[in-house]
Amino acid sequence: MEHLFEYVLRIGDDSLILGQRLAEWCGHGPILEEDIAMTNISLDLIGQATTLLDYAAKIEGKGKNADQLAFLRFDKDYRNLLLVEQPNGDFGMTMMRQFFFDAFRKPFFEALQHSKDEQLSAIAEKSLKETRYHLKHSSEWVIRLGDGTEESHQRIQESLDALYRYTDELFYSDEVQKAMESAGIAPKMDDVRSEWNKTVDYVLNEATLKIPDNQWKFEGGRRGMHSEHLGYILADMQYMQRAYPGLEW
Amino acid sequence: MANREWPLWEVFIRSKQGLNHKHVGSLRAADAEMAIENARDVYTRRSEGVSIWVVESMNLFASDPSEADALFEPADSKVYRHPTFYDVPDGIEHM
Amino acid sequence: MKEVNISELERRFQEKIDNDIRIEPKDWMPDEYRKTLIRQISQHAHSEVVGMLPEGNWITRAPNLRRKAVLLAKVQDEAGHGLYLYSAVETLGADREQTIDDLHSGKAKYSSIFNYPTLTWADMGAIGWLVDGAAIMNQVPLCRCSYGPYARAMVRVCKEESFHQRQGFEIMTTLAKGSPEQKAMAQDALNRFWWPALMMFGPNDAESKHTQQSMDWRIKRHTNDELRQMFVDATVPQAELIGLTVPDPDLKWNEETGHYEFGEINWDEFWQVVKGNGPCNKDRIDTRRKAKEEGMWVREAAMAHADKRAKRKSA
Repeated sequence: MEHLFEYVLRIGDDSLILGQRLAEWCGHGPILEEDIAMTNISLDLIGQATTLLDYAAKIEGKGKNADQLAFLRFDKDYRNLLLVEQPNGDFGMTMMRQFFFDAFRKPFFEALQHSKDEQLSAIAEKSLKETRYHLKHSSEWVIRLGDGTEESHQRIQESLDALYRYTDELFYSDEVQKAMESAGIAPKMDDVRSEWNKTVDYVLNEATLKIPDNQWKFEGGRRGMHSEHLGYILADMQYMQRAYPGLEW
Repeated sequence: MANREWPLWEVFIRSKQGLNHKHVGSLRAADAEMAIENARDVYTRRSEGVSIWVVESMNLFASDPSEADALFEPADSKVYRHPTFYDVPDGIEHM
Repeated sequence: MKEVNISELERRFQEKIDNDIRIEPKDWMPDEYRKTLIRQISQHAHSEVVGMLPEGNWITRAPNLRRKAVLLAKVQDEAGHGLYLYSAVETLGADREQTIDDLHSGKAKYSSIFNYPTLTWADMGAIGWLVDGAAIMNQVPLCRCSYGPYARAMVRVCKEESFHQRQGFEIMTTLAKGSPEQKAMAQDALNRFWWPALMMFGPNDAESKHTQQSMDWRIKRHTNDELRQMFVDATVPQAELIGLTVPDPDLKWNEETGHYEFGEINWDEFWQVVKGNGPCNKDRIDTRRKAKEEGMWVREAAMAHADKRAKRKSA
């Protein structure tokens, strides 16, 4: 049960933190149409986070709800990937981050549909539809910016170089992951990785972009070891619940 | 070419199977895929559609309103195109 | 086609208007009618877009997941409404980017309410309740406006905005029956937003230079003061119901007229904010301008990519 709680938290926190990050764009997008698109994706992710964290709270069995998990944990108790907490940067950085994540999430949810955990399989089925659209949107943008102007090519190549080091963590494997895999609850990460590789190769090729030579990778988020950025995300996100504990809003 | 604006697209939405696509408005997009995606986000946020058409506004030709009389009024006098023009004896149904 | 002189065209145009026949984009219309609509609809569009910012300010700090999603969806709707309206402006032959540049240069105006800061969470309630409430008061009659594309955009906007005011009032209600500090937060928000909300209806009828012509053209159906009165009459009982006090010592019910009487608006403040001297005018415009400038390379790249693809296809 403890493993399952931890596992659901990982999926839920990815959606929560990336949803929060994308929401920062609202009102600041490069064109109004894109503001609406990014908000839609953010809304999908926050919806996923709500369902997943509710489920996690139920598994934990301490009488909490999704809000208490989302707003009242400390930094080290968040289990999201380092990738999703990285700052928005420019629009290209946001799209590259989104693309790496979506390219992972699609095969992940495809496989999670067949999870032995019925709740997770139902969540995966709904989320997959959303994720397919997210991936279409982000890969098209990576291609446009990569194969656009000289400036856009250079900018998004820099974003790729900056973010690539966080992609290995997408396939993080530890005791929890292995236990969930052998219980038939979690998708096999090797399979997800090979699908991810295919998508990334195809899109980066279309976009005329290159994977950086330096292959040094970071991980830590899944263990609660985060970057400096998460603290500020939480300072914003938790402000009301911390300043006025225990109230209804 | 710097500063060139994205073209304008007209958006048509089929609200459910069995109905025609209907014009709902316009938007800006650099290419057709983007126009479809933007139309989805702008015009179907509340499940208003099951199918989308987009066409670049510059490719749309419209009739001239000042010729409306010539184009449409002649049809007004052709009442024989409507079923109510004909007498049907009492007792005949389903015709 | 026979030659028709302008006064004959104008007569026919006014006849259509008087018979409530909608004017459509390619129909003949007087230049002034076109200009008035371009000005009004683009101001309306800018208001939606600038209006995203004060509420956008609280999205990352919304107190729970439900409120966060609702606020995001609401601000997103505002972007959508901006787009419906820009789309209506473009049917008049105006160029969207040009009207946006006019906004950024200060030439075009937007609703002055968005030049006030959002300082607490309760402001999300006050804006939904009062600002969207006032906007709906303005917009419902616009659904019957004489210009077809504007009227149709307004029908869509009004349909979507019905949830906006409700979610705001729900926030206020929750706060008003919450802890003492929550109730104080709600009252403080009402205090700050009440008068700016009344200003949203524009100057008094006697001062309003466009009203008569706009009424004749059936762009407007009620005067500023009529709409303001409707708003006060509708809103005061709502405040009372949740135990909040409208910050106007002169406010009283007039049994004879069946309307509330209310105090004088601070018109100096109104004109100062319109002229650009409100607390947030500069921030709001700077933010919008920055979004446009920083998005330039993205828009260019998308266009360049579309060109490349078109070329490859035809090759």
